[in-house]
Amino acid sequence: MPPIPMDAEAVLDRYFLEMRSKVLDLGAALDRIERADGAERVRQDERMKQLQDGIGILVDGGGDRATRIHMIFADEYEPDWPRPPKDRQ
Amino acid sequence: MHYIDPHIHMVCRTTDDYQRMAYMGCVAVSEPAFWAGFDRACAASFHDYFRQITEFEPKRAAQYGIQHYSWLCINAKEAENVSLSREVISIIPEFLDRPNVLGLGEVGLNKNTRNEAIVLGEHLALAARTNEVVLVHTPHLRDKYKGTRMIIDMIADEPAITPERVIIDHTEEHTVGLALDAGHWAGLTLYPITKCTPARAADIIERFGTDRIWVNSAADWGPSTPDVVPAFIQEMRLRGHPEQLIRKVVYENPIAFFSQCSRWRFTPPDAATTAAKP
Repeated sequence: MPPIPMDAEAVLDRYFLEMRSKVLDLGAALDRIERADGAERVRQDERMKQLQDGIGILVDGGGDRATRIHMIFADEYEPDWPRPPKDRQ
Repeated sequence: MHYIDPHIHMVCRTTDDYQRMAYMGCVAVSEPAFWAGFDRACAASFHDYFRQITEFEPKRAAQYGIQHYSWLCINAKEAENVSLSREVISIIPEFLDRPNVLGLGEVGLNKNTRNEAIVLGEHLALAARTNEVVLVHTPHLRDKYKGTRMIIDMIADEPAITPERVIIDHTEEHTVGLALDAGHWAGLTLYPITKCTPARAADIIERFGTDRIWVNSAADWGPSTPDVVPAFIQEMRLRGHPEQLIRKVVYENPIAFFSQCSRWRFTPPDAATTAAKP
């Protein structure tokens, strides 16, 4: 694998403002939901739970965050799903 | 740096896009057949569409020095109509000997329904019979992980199709390893909001390597842009990756995958330049 050629401080320097902006966007969007009518109801929405779980992964100190966040939003795979009939031609 | 955008829907783009892509170093594109934004009424509509991407687009691209290739299928969204899909699949062989056709694509799943799986299975059977290379669309968002695994299952059930002759496109962090581990190629689509960003694509390259992987714009009629492969090149350069490594992903890898198609003919831009010298 080609390792990232930058050290961690250089990565932080390069991406800090972008990361700060995305955290702010997320905070502002959650505030927007809270300010709107029906915020109580939306708190029970499955998507809010998914967002909270995703935010939890950001701060849990574990690696592979992007993959784990994807999996929060992913449908479950069943290995024995019913295959279609083979080639009808 | 010369690059290839191996998945882009130029029928949706203006000639200004061709011009800008040429300015940015694009030397070739490949255009999978896909959903037009509305469901087409009959197989004749697809016949016309296949003519557009095998006759008209190559000529339009050539005006800007870009070589144009295409892939044929009925896409997963319209595959819900199985009888129409079968009619469309029946006309595909008439186009398979056209010089810019690389294979079947972008076949796949969208909502992971039974009808979609039936039609994907019939596309795969056609690819097996005609020895065509396959470009696979994977579903969006919550359907992606499940759909990608279902698609890989179905390809494995078609032993006449060897894994390296299939690219699983629109992979992201949670699906790229599935495609590569199964022996397939993997595509990273750089899209605003719903797919991968240039920075995340660079992260994936750093984690999964440069073998059997490409990046593309999949630019179409929705929010998308044809300048994202150059954006990826810039991202990799700013991180300090060597030019040769970047070139492998954006130029050599698409050529290596396309070369598996017996009809593949390509004039490298370097060769054209060399030939022009006295």
